[in-house]
Amino acid sequence: MKRRFDLPTFLVGAAAAAVLAFIYLPMVVVVVYSFNPDAVNVFPMRGFSLRWYRIMLEDEQLIGALRISLLVALGGTSIGLLLGVPGAIALARHDFPGKRILERIVLLPLTLPGIVTGVAMLSFFPLIGVPVSLLAVLIGHGTFLIAITLTQVYARLRRLDPSLEEASADLGAPPITTFFKVVLPNIKTAIIGSALLSFTLSLDEIPVTFFLIAGDNTLPIQIWAMMRRGISPEVNAISTLVFAGSIGLILLGTALGGRDKE
Amino acid sequence: MDTAPAAKASDHTQTPPKRRALLFLVLPPALWLLCFLVVPYLSLFVQSFLATNDLGDVVFEPTLDPWKAFFTKTLYRSTLLYTFKIALTVTSLAVLFSVPLAYFIAFKVRRGKELLYSLIIVPLWVSYIVRAYAWKIILGREGILNSFLQWAKITDAPVEAFLYSEWAIIIGLVHIYTPFVLMPVYTAFEQIPRSLVEASKDLGAGRLTTFFRVVLPLSLPGIIAGGTFAFVLSLGDFLAPVLLGGTDNLMISNVVQNLFGTSNDRPLGSVVGIVLLVVVVALLETTSRVEQSFASLESGRGRLGGAR
Repeated sequence: MKRRFDLPTFLVGAAAAAVLAFIYLPMVVVVVYSFNPDAVNVFPMRGFSLRWYRIMLEDEQLIGALRISLLVALGGTSIGLLLGVPGAIALARHDFPGKRILERIVLLPLTLPGIVTGVAMLSFFPLIGVPVSLLAVLIGHGTFLIAITLTQVYARLRRLDPSLEEASADLGAPPITTFFKVVLPNIKTAIIGSALLSFTLSLDEIPVTFFLIAGDNTLPIQIWAMMRRGISPEVNAISTLVFAGSIGLILLGTALGGRDKE
Repeated sequence: MDTAPAAKASDHTQTPPKRRALLFLVLPPALWLLCFLVVPYLSLFVQSFLATNDLGDVVFEPTLDPWKAFFTKTLYRSTLLYTFKIALTVTSLAVLFSVPLAYFIAFKVRRGKELLYSLIIVPLWVSYIVRAYAWKIILGREGILNSFLQWAKITDAPVEAFLYSEWAIIIGLVHIYTPFVLMPVYTAFEQIPRSLVEASKDLGAGRLTTFFRVVLPLSLPGIIAGGTFAFVLSLGDFLAPVLLGGTDNLMISNVVQNLFGTSNDRPLGSVVGIVLLVVVVALLETTSRVEQSFASLESGRGRLGGAR
């Protein structure tokens, strides 16, 4: 099929390109200006330098915040996997009283504004002896990551034919064997995908963390604090690393856990 | 030898182990969500009916004062309306931006479709704070846009009006939330049977007519879903107004943030939080119903079309 120049298609294409540019240009600007030799981000940029990366690596508060974020993300993702995967199996394969309610509750941390969840946790956690602290942040992250893992794994289980498991049981395999030999291999990629997604979301989380954090900032909160103090290309440098890290995790996630699109 | 006892066990006690396994699976996540999610939401509700002492601490004395304060002071109503206005503008722009891009990828692109799809999905999860920061350095007084305009001799002094304005908030939010609209809209376009589009053209409809009478109505559930995401996320956003809007353009979530922070009036903050929660839940319920009615309409049409 040969195609000649076609004005309407060209216009739609131009609009599409403009929107794509709108989405990506700001991120490109941040990355480009992380190599800025000057302290102010002005156009045109005068030269190229790794100065701000060096300053970033020597910023102990920032590196400390990165470490805390990685720990919280690791802990939160583990909580999400340990409780979300069994929850998904229960919801997808069993009937029990209160199932409908549980299905709706699981969606709450994903649909309600983070700030509402944040202030609710802030109001309640101290009453059960969990003051604002990293522990509170960890519980907060774990809670919404359970929802992430559960919904992702549940979606995969719904597409998996239950007769496979019935066949396994009919052939005499105990439930544990059926789980490890039949169910797990089929939901493995969904679990890996949701773990990577959970990790990325936890590293980026602000609304809940903001209300539960005490002294030790997580990375996004620390970046926010730096931004409020004034603009420094050091923020561009750490932002570039954050971009690279999250894009890496997402691509890994879609490569491993993907093939969900039909 | 190994399988025999297992088979026997499962023959005799089919239900009890299954029930025990179920408890084992469902209790931990259910209890966790109850303790750390449901009860906190309930405590927020209870707190909205409590008083504070002279130090600003919440005390267990039931009162309706926080709710009265919310409904009598115009600040809360006007901020809520202002937030709706911003969220509606953001939603309209995000939909307006998403439709041509999603349409182009779904209908016009042949090679590299997967790559383009990933390109629109990836920003969904790429650092919120960094994307807000990007607009700060672009729009700032000594920012990239201003220095570019001066370099290009379009202006000779920095324009003050870019950052810390309503439009800065709107641009930032549209940028951050457009990918949330793009994904469902793209999915909706992809699911439209190409034969319907062909049929419309065969019957003599022009491309615009085909788009507005066939493609757009069929993709409405996706557009509604995406628009709802953008609206709800904008309603709950409290960082973009602070970072890009300055002190004069506060949204409802900033009010919550202040009441739980510097103003230290948690009962009133809980009232605003509950109101926000109710608004969002009502909105989600309504749109999911509308989507469903469209979806069933669509399947109805599908059945008609399928009766060859």
